Amino acid sequence: MEQIVNLLINGLATGMLIFLLAAGLTLIFGLMDVLNFAHGGFFAWGAYSGIWFYGVTGQYVLAILFAMFVGLVLGALTEKLIIKPVYGNHIQQILITLGFMLVLSELLKVIWGPNQLPAHAPEWLSGSWLIGDIIIIKYRVFIIVVGLIAFFTIHFILKKTRIGLIVRAGVMNKEMVEAMGIHIQKIFMLVFMVGASLAALSGLLLAPYSGVIYAEMGMDFAILAFIVVVIGGMGSFTGSLLAAILVGLSGSFMAYYVSELSIAVNMLLMILVLIFRPQGLFYGKG
Amino acid sequence: MEVLLKTENLETFIGQYHILQGVTFEAIRGEVTVLLGRNGAGKTTTLRTILGLSPPSRGKVFFKQKEIQELPTYKTANLGIGYVPEDQGIFPYLTVEEHFKIATKGKGDKVNERIETTLALFPDLKQFWRKQAGVLSGGQKQMLAIARAYINYNELLMIDEPSKGLAPIVVEKVMETLERMKGETTIILVEQNYLMAEYLGDRFYIIDDGKTVLSGEMKELKEHEEWRKKYLGIS
Repeated sequence: MEQIVNLLINGLATGMLIFLLAAGLTLIFGLMDVLNFAHGGFFAWGAYSGIWFYGVTGQYVLAILFAMFVGLVLGALTEKLIIKPVYGNHIQQILITLGFMLVLSELLKVIWGPNQLPAHAPEWLSGSWLIGDIIIIKYRVFIIVVGLIAFFTIHFILKKTRIGLIVRAGVMNKEMVEAMGIHIQKIFMLVFMVGASLAALSGLLLAPYSGVIYAEMGMDFAILAFIVVVIGGMGSFTGSLLAAILVGLSGSFMAYYVSELSIAVNMLLMILVLIFRPQGLFYGKG
Repeated sequence: MEVLLKTENLETFIGQYHILQGVTFEAIRGEVTVLLGRNGAGKTTTLRTILGLSPPSRGKVFFKQKEIQELPTYKTANLGIGYVPEDQGIFPYLTVEEHFKIATKGKGDKVNERIETTLALFPDLKQFWRKQAGVLSGGQKQMLAIARAYINYNELLMIDEPSKGLAPIVVEKVMETLERMKGETTIILVEQNYLMAEYLGDRFYIIDDGKTVLSGEMKELKEHEEWRKKYLGIS
């Protein structure tokens, strides 16, 4: 029983990290039709900048806000300088964002060195709770809580505010949104910045979870995020949460019971979705 | 008679295709101007060009005497031009209420007043207020698309084939609604359904192979069967 609970919490925590990375990716693709392979770079920059800030100030919560701010700034610069010139051309988008991803990784090495860096959770998030026979690691619960807060905040904005309605409408028909007098380019920029910020948050949350950070960490997780976006449905925010939980849990349980298949199971899920429901499980569900 | 919108020799390419090769027409304030022509003549592209969705390579568009062909779409729309595209442009996963919310500019009482006025003109939409637009019938979607364009009291509405794909009884309903809107706003109507065009139109322009080839008052077209035969293939 305790093992199952642990696997469950582990899977949910991993799922939340992937969700935070995939959420931006799915909105960016759904709204802007942009394949952003540099998204993992924001993730890695979030981890490095946040851990650096935490090291300097000792304030983990402030470090989270700082990492998100770095994500916002990087997102704004990337949209303006890298993405804007290649709107509407997927091949150019893949090439330029992959190239930019490498640049972001190399810049991390230039600033913080080529070696892996250690990352630790703050004291108040270290250790575990003992409930009966079950050991629950505090930091994993923290990741789940932060992921849920991020989900409900953005879900509220998407469902209840005019700007959220515009984003959802833009995912469905951006030309019509523009024809209604809305400056869709500004909305693109905003969504891109928020997406980058969520990726940076995810990167920082992962750092103490894995114990080390390294410049290429973004690419490893970005692949999982792309799988989640395909399973959840391009442009579906709720879909990306549910798909991320599915991927997180299946990865966690498979790693314990059939470890050889732990990575393959996610690919298998994606292939099944592509065959039987290519638009994704929750396409259009918001 | 005030000219609200005027185009001069509009030319537009879509990819390598030279779709508009000289479209010139005027829309008079308070009137319904109908753009007629066979399939592929360039009527839809004319509306898209005015709005900046398919920018022109040559020619001019004037709205209230101001040149607007260089403006981005959202700025053109904000001058007071509402658009109902051929495919209605409905957001299938948003509710009717959300369509109204997203379309209405301004804040507070003004918004509520506009919503109420629009619902008075489109009362059927009240029944589907909380329903997703994707589940509405073709006619209901068309009403929603027109209501969405109307809600900001736009000075000009450009409506592209509102009768397309609708049952005759529903077409009648759309016609009645547009007739009620007549006078309150200026309408440019693209329509294949000649009866609807004749019923609503004050003035017509026939577009053929991307050029305006004939224009006049609607009653003139009604009287000239040979024009209808030659340019529209109907008698």
